[in-house]
Amino acid sequence: MLAEKALELVREQHRCTDGALAPFNEDGIRQVLEEMRALFEQNQRDTTATVSGEVGLFSSIQLRHTALERNKRCVLAYLNNRLEHIKRMRWEFGSVLPADLRYNLCEQEVQWFNSYNRMLANYMRAIGDTGGVDLTQDMKPPKSLYVEVRCVADHGEFETQDGDLIVLKKNSQHFLLRSECEHLIRQGVLEHIVHRM
Amino acid sequence: MSQTTGHASDNYFSLDDILTTQEKLPCKVEMPIYRLGYLDQSSDDSTLQPGTKLEMPFWLARSLCSRRRHIVSVEMPRAYRESYRQIFKADPNVVDLHKLGPYFYGFGSYLLNFQHSEAADIGNSLVKTFQGRFRKIMDSSQNALNQDTSKLTEKLDESEKKIFVAGQLGLHDFQRWETRQTEKLMTSAMVQKHRKRKRAVLEETS
Repeated sequence: MLAEKALELVREQHRCTDGALAPFNEDGIRQVLEEMRALFEQNQRDTTATVSGEVGLFSSIQLRHTALERNKRCVLAYLNNRLEHIKRMRWEFGSVLPADLRYNLCEQEVQWFNSYNRMLANYMRAIGDTGGVDLTQDMKPPKSLYVEVRCVADHGEFETQDGDLIVLKKNSQHFLLRSECEHLIRQGVLEHIVHRM
Repeated sequence: MSQTTGHASDNYFSLDDILTTQEKLPCKVEMPIYRLGYLDQSSDDSTLQPGTKLEMPFWLARSLCSRRRHIVSVEMPRAYRESYRQIFKADPNVVDLHKLGPYFYGFGSYLLNFQHSEAADIGNSLVKTFQGRFRKIMDSSQNALNQDTSKLTEKLDESEKKIFVAGQLGLHDFQRWETRQTEKLMTSAMVQKHRKRKRAVLEETS
């Protein structure tokens, strides 16, 4: 059937909607484009034939045209949903992606990620008069200025705002400014300790 | 209503909508379609002859069968015919809508676009079926905490599953709020999943 390859792309993306991003399927895209080119050329041949007097070709032209549009829709949806996924990753992983995830992006997607990063940074810097607001901070309403955290992974040295140097070693506990360590918690380096009342 | 493509522009990129419009329905060719005989694998003819019966995905059938052009004629798929509608009417709760097409409601409402004589009955049946099932879905999604939900969702259509998930999310959020867990800062869901996967890979290679 027509547009099968394009559907495979869509299925692939649909499967990993809430998991990790799959590698960019360059081969699949190429195959879809090839099918589209073939359909387009056949259609052009049939339109010229119709212009020169042949009748009854309308139905096949219409059918191929529909298949062309379908292919286009599937490919665009594939690309668009990947971009949405990459955008979400910016908010969850932070501005630097883990190497194995970046490996799954194609070159244009890496470019897109970088320019999205830049735009977001510029925008956050431009809010207010006092040097901007970090929008990725305080995703939940903060309840205290300082939080107690425990390291779940070795992270190395970390310099706090007031100049102290602390070593984030596995299983060590610290009392840090919430604003400083929130992104480390989100990245899974630190664990927030809450005392039950 | 748009006559040509049959999809609203706001879900052009929706993967679910693409999969919904991929569902197949039986069609009969009404006009010869030249040079596309390969679509019917049972014949070697290079032309699709009038009278040929074949299954077409909805997106194709939609553009070939409308008020303006009548290249093929469509029939309603089995799951939407009178005999099945009787079953839905008898007890909507026992039917396995996942098996009847994971996008049962979505596909069903797309079918209403063809000016078919049964369209009104199908529409009514869809609404009634959903009404009959909704109570149970809502009830089970609000009361299944920390247990395996695959038994509860296996008979649900994709859109019903979304409702179920939304209900579960609400229940979990409320539970977390009650136990004062909402103030705890958590690792992002994506990071957590990524880490699990990485660990699995590490264990495999070592």
